Amino acid sequence: MDAFIHQVLAGLATGGIYASLALALVMIYQATHLVNFAQGEMAMFATYIAWTLVDAGVPYWGAFFITVAFAFVFGIVIERVVIRPVENAPVLAVVVVFIALLVILNSVTGWIYTYTIKTFPSPFPKEIGLGRFMSPHEVGAIGVTMVVLVLLYVFFRFTPLGLAMRAAAQNPESSRLVGIRVGWMLALGWGLAAAIGGIAGMMVAPIVYLDPNMMGGVLLYAFAAALVGGIDNPWGAVIGGFLVGVLENVLGAFVIGNELKLAVALVLIIGVLTVKPSGFFGKVHVTRV
Amino acid sequence: MTRRQLIVLAVLLLVAVALPFAVSNYRTFQFTLVLVYAIALLGLNMLTGYNGQISLGHGAFYAIGAYVTAILMDKFGVPYWLTLPVCGAVCLLVGFLFGLPALRLEGLYLALATFALGVSLPQLLKYHQFEKWTGGVQGIVIQKPEAPFGLPLKPDQWLYFFTLAVALVMFALAWNLLRGRVGRAMVAIRDNHVAAEAMGVNNSIYKSLTFGVSAMYTGVAGGLSAIAVQFVAPDSFDIFLSIKFLIGIVIGGLASIPGAIFGALFLQFVPNVADEISKAAPWAIFGLFLLAFVYVMPMGISGAIQMGLARLARKRQNT
Repeated sequence: MDAFIHQVLAGLATGGIYASLALALVMIYQATHLVNFAQGEMAMFATYIAWTLVDAGVPYWGAFFITVAFAFVFGIVIERVVIRPVENAPVLAVVVVFIALLVILNSVTGWIYTYTIKTFPSPFPKEIGLGRFMSPHEVGAIGVTMVVLVLLYVFFRFTPLGLAMRAAAQNPESSRLVGIRVGWMLALGWGLAAAIGGIAGMMVAPIVYLDPNMMGGVLLYAFAAALVGGIDNPWGAVIGGFLVGVLENVLGAFVIGNELKLAVALVLIIGVLTVKPSGFFGKVHVTRV
Repeated sequence: MTRRQLIVLAVLLLVAVALPFAVSNYRTFQFTLVLVYAIALLGLNMLTGYNGQISLGHGAFYAIGAYVTAILMDKFGVPYWLTLPVCGAVCLLVGFLFGLPALRLEGLYLALATFALGVSLPQLLKYHQFEKWTGGVQGIVIQKPEAPFGLPLKPDQWLYFFTLAVALVMFALAWNLLRGRVGRAMVAIRDNHVAAEAMGVNNSIYKSLTFGVSAMYTGVAGGLSAIAVQFVAPDSFDIFLSIKFLIGIVIGGLASIPGAIFGALFLQFVPNVADEISKAAPWAIFGLFLLAFVYVMPMGISGAIQMGLARLARKRQNT
């Protein structure tokens, strides 16, 4: 029983990380109806920036906030420079641009930092661990996820800028008529998504270790989480993230073994897409012919 | 085909046949791989270029083809040339079956599902329950075939001609398929599936069949690659292989048969040049080329050549 509880709690910790990344995906999806295949590599790149800072002697939390700020600006720049030109292009062109971004970020990181695996520090003190049930980092990661969620909720619910961003995502034409700069709202959305991704990267790096390919699996689970929860529903993405994390850990530990963990994501993704494409909490999409 | 196209084709064939006698063994091997890539790209191009279904996981079918060949040769002693029809059949079936749920997925979602397939595949290949067949992480080593009938050819040269013959058959079949009724139906579904349905094109059958045929092409290419490289291992079939195929068709030219060859040449020879800069450089250059092509030359190399030829023809008319 202890082992089971341990797996569930560990699953909640990684699930929180998937939830953050899924949230980043959902934010971009809501605004543009696109799924950002490069989200994982953007997070990975930001994590390397954090590693560089920590390595240079910057205290962890200093490096943390500098990285978040960097990721935010980086996301905005990518939207403005790379994504903007294909805004109204067919889906294939946009997917290809995302893939190009993924490949470029992955190889440039490998070029700068080499492909050797690095360790990444965890900032959380020993005292907050729950003995044999949860390591300090797992408790800390859940805490950070919660803080991010609350901050995002407050931002979107109670600030004028958050309202403007929601309006721009929901109805661009009308928003433009009332004076919201829709293009910039999109860019801000990208910045926020990249910043959240960066946090997810820094939280997952102590668990999976730092290397240019570290986000491949994490991104897959985040996709699964976003789809399970309904890709246009932020709350769904968060619940989906925790669900996928627990499912992955428990199935991996007791049913199918660690070797096939990624297959869980594959089955979830294909299963949800074919059986219930709107996920558990998403809006059912109806198109008029 | 016009007369001029026939002449161009004949000259290209002559060059292709003469090639292995003019270059070193290693270069011959590289050109064999170009042909292998070309078949795989042709398969993906049918699906993505002609039919508009985006696949980011075609490396999976390539891997299945490679493993079918390797297992048949290694465990059952099947001659190498007999394994290819089996590869084709297996991948046709798997592709068709994967295509059935994929029918319900449009554009982006299909890309997502196939991306998941591509990412999780190496893990499936390493699974210890299959190790008896797949050789687990170590993979399978197979023998390089010798030239038959006492032909005075080195193994690399023979392999090149064998691959060339397979490629010619596959390209001829694809050309016939795509220029006729089936090809028109595929393009119609891509451009407007509602209108196509209204005209009596059965969307579901055509889409899943296209998926099957596309997987078959890529699978046969995978089988050929196993014979050429004499080795299969899970880690050579990661998501970057699937991405490579996507890069190949975008740069070669979407919905274009010669585009598959241009793309294959690009995939094989550009990294050679870039490798000298850094291990990561080929992929950085792939990525940059990909971006540049989407923005500047969305029809790829073959589209650019066509445009150039058309411009020349117009100029000649005017003078």
